[in-house]
Amino acid sequence: MENPEKNNPFELSESLTNFFKTISDLTLFSIRFFKIVFIPPYEFAEIKKHMDELGIKTMPIVTVTGFIIGLVLAMQSQPVMQRFGAEAYLPSMVSLSVVRELGPVLTALIFAGRVSSGIGAELGSMRVTEQIDAMEVSAINPFKFLVVTRMLACTLILPILTMYVNFLAIMGGYFAIKLSTGTTFQLYINAIFKSLEFSDLIPGVLKTFVFGFIVGAVGSYKGYNAENGTVGVGNASTSAVVMSSLLILLVDMVLVKLTILIWA
Amino acid sequence: MMLVEVKNVFKSFGDLIVLDDISFNVDKGENFVVFGRSGTGKSVLLKCMVGLLEPDSGEIKINEKSVLNIPIDELNEVRKQIGFLFQGSALYDSMTVRENLEFPLIRNFDFSPDERLEKIKDVLNKVGLEKAIDKKPSELSGGMKKRIGLARTIITEPMLILYDEPTTGLDPITTKEISQLIVELQKDLNSTSIVVTHDLICAKIVADSSIVLKNGKIKFEGSIKELEESNDNFLKNFFSSEIIETADGE
Repeated sequence: MENPEKNNPFELSESLTNFFKTISDLTLFSIRFFKIVFIPPYEFAEIKKHMDELGIKTMPIVTVTGFIIGLVLAMQSQPVMQRFGAEAYLPSMVSLSVVRELGPVLTALIFAGRVSSGIGAELGSMRVTEQIDAMEVSAINPFKFLVVTRMLACTLILPILTMYVNFLAIMGGYFAIKLSTGTTFQLYINAIFKSLEFSDLIPGVLKTFVFGFIVGAVGSYKGYNAENGTVGVGNASTSAVVMSSLLILLVDMVLVKLTILIWA
Repeated sequence: MMLVEVKNVFKSFGDLIVLDDISFNVDKGENFVVFGRSGTGKSVLLKCMVGLLEPDSGEIKINEKSVLNIPIDELNEVRKQIGFLFQGSALYDSMTVRENLEFPLIRNFDFSPDERLEKIKDVLNKVGLEKAIDKKPSELSGGMKKRIGLARTIITEPMLILYDEPTTGLDPITTKEISQLIVELQKDLNSTSIVVTHDLICAKIVADSSIVLKNGKIKFEGSIKELEESNDNFLKNFFSSEIIETADGE
């Protein structure tokens, strides 16, 4: 027997409505951030604390990922490049791929998985245990203290992590090339500097500020608006990862086109 | 002299009417208890009084100043004169007891670090937990959390203290201790208290006067003694060990 709910057009329409409602709420949430981010008091100590925590939390996984990206990319590309007699371009290929796209996007996705869920869960549990209300009743703006500081910390720390990942991926690439062709470090670095320009590096780093902002905004939005007790905290944590990862990929698509138009 | 004036307050969530034409006054220095069964809108009433929730209609004035439909800066000025003890204490998990107590002082007042420390030690002494100063909330028992929550509430020396179910989940002895502490602090600080509770022990110790809410309406207004002597079956149920049938089955 056919399930009447399976092809229910109203169900799809409701999901779409919820999706667009979330996007519009998230936009308003971000506007609220920009409205008060420059208004004192500035919680520098809190921002620094979050940057330390987020950086340390993500460091081990991005270290491993960074090195392996470069290593695997070089190992996979080497036979193909060899077939076309373009083996000499392997360092350029690795560095350009990493710096322009793989480094920023993969770091942002890992960061989203690690940090967005953490922020969602932390703020969500503060919401359901009335800690956010307690702050508000004490005449302290919880949005400023909890959300703005986390969003700023995410925005500022992700570019630093990305540059670290870029460096490790390039080192990973060298390791793979050294093993297969015996290229010296000097030659590898020279090849990279010959092909890599600032116009390759800048867009990649700049877009990580946007990705960091997305991770902070989505995690904070989901946690800050969590409801329905512990179930709501779990939902906030999970949906923060899904949504921030999706938004990172969608925004990357737009930013790639934009950077090509500007720096090409 | 009147400190709190609640007039014709209505609040609903969708079709559910939670507060239905609630009006009462609380005088300065009074311990006022809002009594009633769970889910009768007691906590909603408190949250409306500090601007966490907005009533659908009505008027709430604290110290002759309306707390409804005013800019957030003005509302925050009123909030600085109010202390609020949440049902679950709402201590900030990521901070130590010292940081929890320091938090409102740093942001709303101009005390020096030494003055802050002195105030922290003073309130911890009042609630009998001086040794917990460097502990995290996760290291404290339920009763201790309530006491620290109470310490955080009174550290700013508010003129009005709102207690949301201050003794829920505590054993009878701790309930008595917390209730007596509420009375002592009220005398000590010369403040006014509004205590929302369904706990009879707490109400008996704390209340100068009280109201009983039923289905969002005020069912009774008077002292706990008058409440005890009432012939109404619904009110009798609060004091009786048996369930007494009421006309509306509530």
